[in-house]
Amino acid sequence: MATRLEGHTFRRFDGELYRLNTEILQMADLVYDQVQMALESFQQQKLDIIRVITERESQVDAMEKSIDNTITEILAKRCPVARDLRAIMAFSKLVTDLERLGDEAAKIAHIATTLYNNEHSNPSNYLLRDITGIGKFACTLLKEAIETLDALDLERAEKLLNSHDNLDEEFQAGLRRLTTYVLEDARNVGHIINIVLVMKSLIRIGEHARNLAEYVVYMVSGEDIRHTEIEQT
Amino acid sequence: MTDNAKIAQPGNQLERRRGDRRKYARIHLSRATVSRDNRQTVGKVTVADPRIHCTDVNVFYGGKHALRNVTIDIGCQEIIAMIGPSGCGKSTFLRCLNRMNDTIECCRVTGSIMMDGQDINDKSIDVVPLRAKIGMVFQKPNPFPKSVYENIAFGPRIHGLAKNKVELDEIVVTSLKRTGLWEEVKDRLDQPGTSLSGGQQQRLCIARTIAVNPEVILMDEPCSALDPIATAKIEELMDQLCTDYSIVIVTHSMQQAARVSHRTAYFHLGDLIEVGTTEQIFTTPAHQLTEDYITGRFG
Repeated sequence: MATRLEGHTFRRFDGELYRLNTEILQMADLVYDQVQMALESFQQQKLDIIRVITERESQVDAMEKSIDNTITEILAKRCPVARDLRAIMAFSKLVTDLERLGDEAAKIAHIATTLYNNEHSNPSNYLLRDITGIGKFACTLLKEAIETLDALDLERAEKLLNSHDNLDEEFQAGLRRLTTYVLEDARNVGHIINIVLVMKSLIRIGEHARNLAEYVVYMVSGEDIRHTEIEQT
Repeated sequence: MTDNAKIAQPGNQLERRRGDRRKYARIHLSRATVSRDNRQTVGKVTVADPRIHCTDVNVFYGGKHALRNVTIDIGCQEIIAMIGPSGCGKSTFLRCLNRMNDTIECCRVTGSIMMDGQDINDKSIDVVPLRAKIGMVFQKPNPFPKSVYENIAFGPRIHGLAKNKVELDEIVVTSLKRTGLWEEVKDRLDQPGTSLSGGQQQRLCIARTIAVNPEVILMDEPCSALDPIATAKIEELMDQLCTDYSIVIVTHSMQQAARVSHRTAYFHLGDLIEVGTTEQIFTTPAHQLTEDYITGRFG
């Protein structure tokens, strides 16, 4: 089940919502690219990519401001209600998630610089194994979340929200493995702290992807499912 | 071993949350799932403390079936807004509530409209006291061609609400004060009501209505001929008056319905399509027709 934003008798409103939707999707594409590049920089030790990520970080921030501006304009001019209002509220919230996704990508790139750009030895491949696994998972989730956002599809959002459990499991397994490596050889601890930080960033990327899906649920069904698990604890 | 347990703690927290999360991904389907073809009223039509109780109200203008099986309660101390496109029956319904449709020869009303245990459509009911109890304010301000004072005093006088001039003066002053008009007109009480501005005239009409102690006030697009300042004053007045009266307002301005009302009812081509709290109607309407109308999708 999907929702549609067009169909207003006053067509200019359709155009404004379409423009907003496009801006959101462009920003989502950009942060997805940032996340992928950050992972690539980490796995392939490409420090030149890190510079690109840092430069594009300001582009992400500028897009956030531009989208906020578009939203303020629409609210002022159109006084949206019902599904239009829900869409605009959700867009306004999820733009923050997109910006934070960009931040996480920059954070990963920054850690890659500290890991590879010093005189100490680089971390061995088996230490990086979990980053590859969790990274792949997080990217798939993010891609799926962005596609769900593009389609505004309730079923896809629901499926994504259920699949997120696996990312937490991967994180825990990775944490256990890394703990063992520290116990085996305490000299690994510097690398491992950085690796755990990257893993944590990847988990956050997963969380943000989940938030995007939650906003899609709100847009389509009007149901606010945020923090549900905390209320039920 | 102790160290190991400490390091693994964040993971344990995640594990706890993961267990709970399984319960949450049960999402209800979209609220706006009631299709366009459905003409049954969606939403809760009853209230805990009804003032007027309408059941299966039908209105015919000659052969034209203008209003079909409308069942809805008007609550005590509530503002309920009736919205919908022109010709949807919202004004017709409003006029049923104080038998204004009696004035239209070919009009026939069926069903029951109960107030204080009596059907107001009962032929034995005298419409004059009924219309005092259920007052009405119209689209265009229509003060009597008399002085400001006489506009207010006329109703209480014919209904015998004042024993003497002092009491009548008191009713006039109280009514004007309640509508926020007193300060503006206290030195012009003997001037014609029609000499006031549009917004003042409309407030004068509201003062005239409340001077006869109504229980329900019907407002048929009361602000459509007014500027935003006068509109804001009327809306503020409605907000104050609803502590004592039930107000039923018909409006073409969705924003006004959203601003002032507690509940909103949407009419479409003679059917009452949806009733709900104003918050619910304007954020998550259940019927597709309601959503299309309030979001401006009239295609």
